[in-house]
Amino acid sequence: MTVGGAYPNSRGTMANGATVTASDVLELSQPLPLDGGQRLEGVRIAYEAYGELAPAKDNVVFVAHATTGDQYVASPHPITGKPGWWDRMVGPGKPIDTDRFYVLSANVIGSCMGSTGPGSLAPDGKPYAMRFPVITIRDMVRAHVALFDALGIERLHAIVGGSMGGMQALSLAANWPHIPERVLVIASTAAMAAQNIAFQEVGRQAIMADPDWQGGNYYGTGKSPDAGLAVARMAAHITYLSEESLTGKFGRRLQNRDAKSFGFDADFQVESYLRHQGLSFTTRFDANSYLYITRAMSYFDLEEEQGGKLAEAFAKTDARFCVISFDTDWLYPTEQSRKLVHALNAAGAPVSFVELSAPYGHDSFLLDVPALDSVVTGFLD
Amino acid sequence: MAETNTPLRPDLALIADHVAPGSRVLDIGCGDGTLMAALRDGKGVDARGMEIDPAKVAQCVSKGLSVIQGDANTDLAFYPDGSFDYAILSQTLQTTFRPDVMLDELLRVGRKAFVSFPNFAHWRVRMALMWRGRMPVTRHLTYSWYDTPNIHHLTIADFRDLLDRKGVKVERCWFVANGREVGAAVANWRAQNAVFQISR
Repeated sequence: MTVGGAYPNSRGTMANGATVTASDVLELSQPLPLDGGQRLEGVRIAYEAYGELAPAKDNVVFVAHATTGDQYVASPHPITGKPGWWDRMVGPGKPIDTDRFYVLSANVIGSCMGSTGPGSLAPDGKPYAMRFPVITIRDMVRAHVALFDALGIERLHAIVGGSMGGMQALSLAANWPHIPERVLVIASTAAMAAQNIAFQEVGRQAIMADPDWQGGNYYGTGKSPDAGLAVARMAAHITYLSEESLTGKFGRRLQNRDAKSFGFDADFQVESYLRHQGLSFTTRFDANSYLYITRAMSYFDLEEEQGGKLAEAFAKTDARFCVISFDTDWLYPTEQSRKLVHALNAAGAPVSFVELSAPYGHDSFLLDVPALDSVVTGFLD
Repeated sequence: MAETNTPLRPDLALIADHVAPGSRVLDIGCGDGTLMAALRDGKGVDARGMEIDPAKVAQCVSKGLSVIQGDANTDLAFYPDGSFDYAILSQTLQTTFRPDVMLDELLRVGRKAFVSFPNFAHWRVRMALMWRGRMPVTRHLTYSWYDTPNIHHLTIADFRDLLDRKGVKVERCWFVANGREVGAAVANWRAQNAVFQISR
């Protein structure tokens, strides 16, 4: 269910293809200040909610989504029709139990699923494209906080996030320390490492090298940098999986053929799979949004933000923390979670940490890992 | 006994009885969090834990406890000095790589420490060595020599020697045989387990 008419919502469908949403949309009446120094006018925040908000508004669990995720946590994606991306985790009787909790999720600003991003119309009536300001993770969270304010939510029972969602959870605890009571950070980090910055730069360069990108001004031209965006997705997708899971899933098996073609078709199943992943991604995601969101991630460094002492970031919050990593995740390896945990320890914060064993690499947080379910259930209880 | 629903192991019950209410405690090798939960629920203690087994960490988290998966041999280094009123190391000292270094670490992160360990000079252990000429396997030391996690067996007398050499003060100590306390004079023969409360 969604929140009723007491709030400044509207079922928004913008003329621009990149910002179509079936979600509730909050329009901010005030400009949103950004870390880059600019103020973003007319910000729209698309959000979904599941479960019933308790009269005291004390049962809110906010789910922060990952890079290319969205607010459709537990409801079908409006474009692909696929179940919500965390359908296995969020729902009645599930670890994030919508019979108990009011589960809220919002599309990050910079994205393309209804919240203001580079595909949205600027005040001059034309799409922002590359005129959209570079945003940070903290800017995304600032928009979430504006949503909480509009909904009259002062405290969160928990904020939960994997990957970039974990960064948002940490940013909330560091910058709005009075809001979260529990902070659950899965397969994430307090600072984006060089390797991750590097992979994302490959993705951005692939997009910008596509002639159809047109300096970002492809909206309304009938062309979009699908080839570049697909390559970006293919490269990123490899980083989400473990070597073990790729080998297990595909090995060296050939795709619908008995012998190698001695050409450059997708001979191997893994090639065919990646091409499919890349191509289908372009039907649901905006290339410029990919540029802006990955930029925000590469700028994320909570330690730098706190003047070089990571522990300082958590000195002001009385939230409980739970940090989870996966042993096969080489994109956000356990060591990065441990560094975060040590900082939380040094700040005296109540923190739990566990490295779970799962074969799927970084994507483990989205997949069937029963041990994850039990930790999430226990932590939210 | 501590105020708890499930009965604590005798050494844990002794520790629980002597932790000051409302204090800050680090339970190293906290297992499924039984002691931590008892301290929290019975004495309003701010209990934190460290445990190497992820399944047990998950059990702790589901009890609402704050537990970090980590290896006590290396990961205590990340706690600031004097972070805790008490550091607790129960039945674990003999499994550490360097019990002497561990002792220093306990009294660095905690102002006081509780240490409990199985006594290798218990008469049954002595008999097994003397008469059978083999590494003892008893009710309290159930492992064979080749698969035991107890890589640094010690006796109560050994432990006292180490404390002396380090200038560590014994505030209290208890010795347990078959669930009952025995006197210090006969402990090195008769006690299966020892519990020490120590400080600098």
